[in-house]
Amino acid sequence: MAPTLCVNCKTERALIKRPKNHAKLCKSCFITVFEDEVHHTITSSRLFYPGEKVAIGASGGKDSTVLASVLKTLNERHGYGLELVLLSIDEGIKGYRDDSLETVKRNAVQYQMPLKVVGYDELYGWTMDQVVETIGKKGNCTYCGVFRRQALDRGAKMLGIKHVVTGHNADDVAETVLMNLLRGDLSRLSRSTSIVTGDSRSEVKRSKPLKYSYEKEIVLYAHHKKLDYFSTECIYSPEAFRGSARGLIKQLERVRPTAILDIVRSGEDMARLVPGDPKSACACKGQTPAVSAPAEDDIGGCGSQNARTPGNEMAAMDKQLRENEAHEVLEVDVAKAMSESKKNGDDKAWDLPFRGGNSASKTVARQVLGNCKRCGYMSSQDICQACMLLEGLNKNRAQIQI
Amino acid sequence: MSDATEAAATIPITVDFSGGLEMLFDNQRRHAVDLPAADPGGKPATIVLLIDHLCKHLMKDPRTDMFVLDNHIRPGILVLINDADWELEGEEAYEIQPRDNILFVSTLHGG
Repeated sequence: MAPTLCVNCKTERALIKRPKNHAKLCKSCFITVFEDEVHHTITSSRLFYPGEKVAIGASGGKDSTVLASVLKTLNERHGYGLELVLLSIDEGIKGYRDDSLETVKRNAVQYQMPLKVVGYDELYGWTMDQVVETIGKKGNCTYCGVFRRQALDRGAKMLGIKHVVTGHNADDVAETVLMNLLRGDLSRLSRSTSIVTGDSRSEVKRSKPLKYSYEKEIVLYAHHKKLDYFSTECIYSPEAFRGSARGLIKQLERVRPTAILDIVRSGEDMARLVPGDPKSACACKGQTPAVSAPAEDDIGGCGSQNARTPGNEMAAMDKQLRENEAHEVLEVDVAKAMSESKKNGDDKAWDLPFRGGNSASKTVARQVLGNCKRCGYMSSQDICQACMLLEGLNKNRAQIQI
Repeated sequence: MSDATEAAATIPITVDFSGGLEMLFDNQRRHAVDLPAADPGGKPATIVLLIDHLCKHLMKDPRTDMFVLDNHIRPGILVLINDADWELEGEEAYEIQPRDNILFVSTLHGG
């Protein structure tokens, strides 16, 4: 059959059908539109200021590679005046991170950006290989997830950088919205949709410039621009990408491609109903929420979705319990505000989202956000999660050495 | 290939795997494939036949569900026919032509 022509330039052969609006575009129009949309997200959210030093959390995977490429392009095209640096985390997993780190090193040359690699070994004195050797494969994702959240911040601090951008895309955000919805966790849902996490209280803020970019288009952008990226799965959780909300999202996309951005938008709309988290679609920092949203809330930073698998549940659950408590104070206000603005809503119904499914059996000491007494990293408890986990690990190592 | 009357007639194509799918196919990105010109029912070869052929003859890895789910390409895997999104080419019903390049690229794997 005759080739379809690009709806934009009407001369070239269409190669891409956009999931968000079914527009059929040629390669060069697609690349331009993709970049323009990221530029729009950046400017409408006022993500950066001129002269800002920004670290790109780079794993060597498709998302962070596309992010680095697009940011370099836009920075030059629109004169953002950004100083871009690649920041990679080496978890210390032989046969997994080695190849992707090589990719990041090539990216650093290709994009002429300085590269900083921080390893779990230098930060914590433990590689993930050693952690797994000590505790076994089960539950190791918890350690990796807790360590990673801090690692990006610490790496940024070493570089004197206060802003880390990550490659989270629309599919990632939709997946997190869905998971938090399924858990009945509206407060986390609200934070997961905001484009910037971390507020004036945290030293390093995080943002997701690709928040509205479809994973499909990210992969196609990388393909058509022939970007050099690496795909891998963590050797300690080969099952990680199966099942879960991800499969559901991809199936929904097949039937109705707009579903992904619709879920993101629904998440943002629901976020506005959640007290203490006034961030919305294009809002950024500025307002300090009642319960601050530190970087450790960010959706799993792990490219292979490890951080979103049940392995990370323990840490997430613990955090959720603390947050539920913090929100109890606000519950009355919600109910009141809602019943005032709504017609004849049943007040009790508004309590539901904040009723942690299994919080009844546990009691958690109420804490305010402060700093870890050991490492100084921001934490809502005396000792941060990473230091708690390290304490356990170090005890084990002592025993083994004896 | 109008002269292809024998049952053994094949269509020469190249098939590429990327985005992590290459690990299901000998860790090799590009494969030259001779696809039967028609399915057992005598109908011209389509993407459906290609997928079946790849599962039966090219994939040695037992994890077929990482490539095919319920007899269809797993959602999250993109198919490009001569660099064009297969949604522009009729998806599974596309009739494969000699020297076509079919790329399967996964969006499901991380970095």
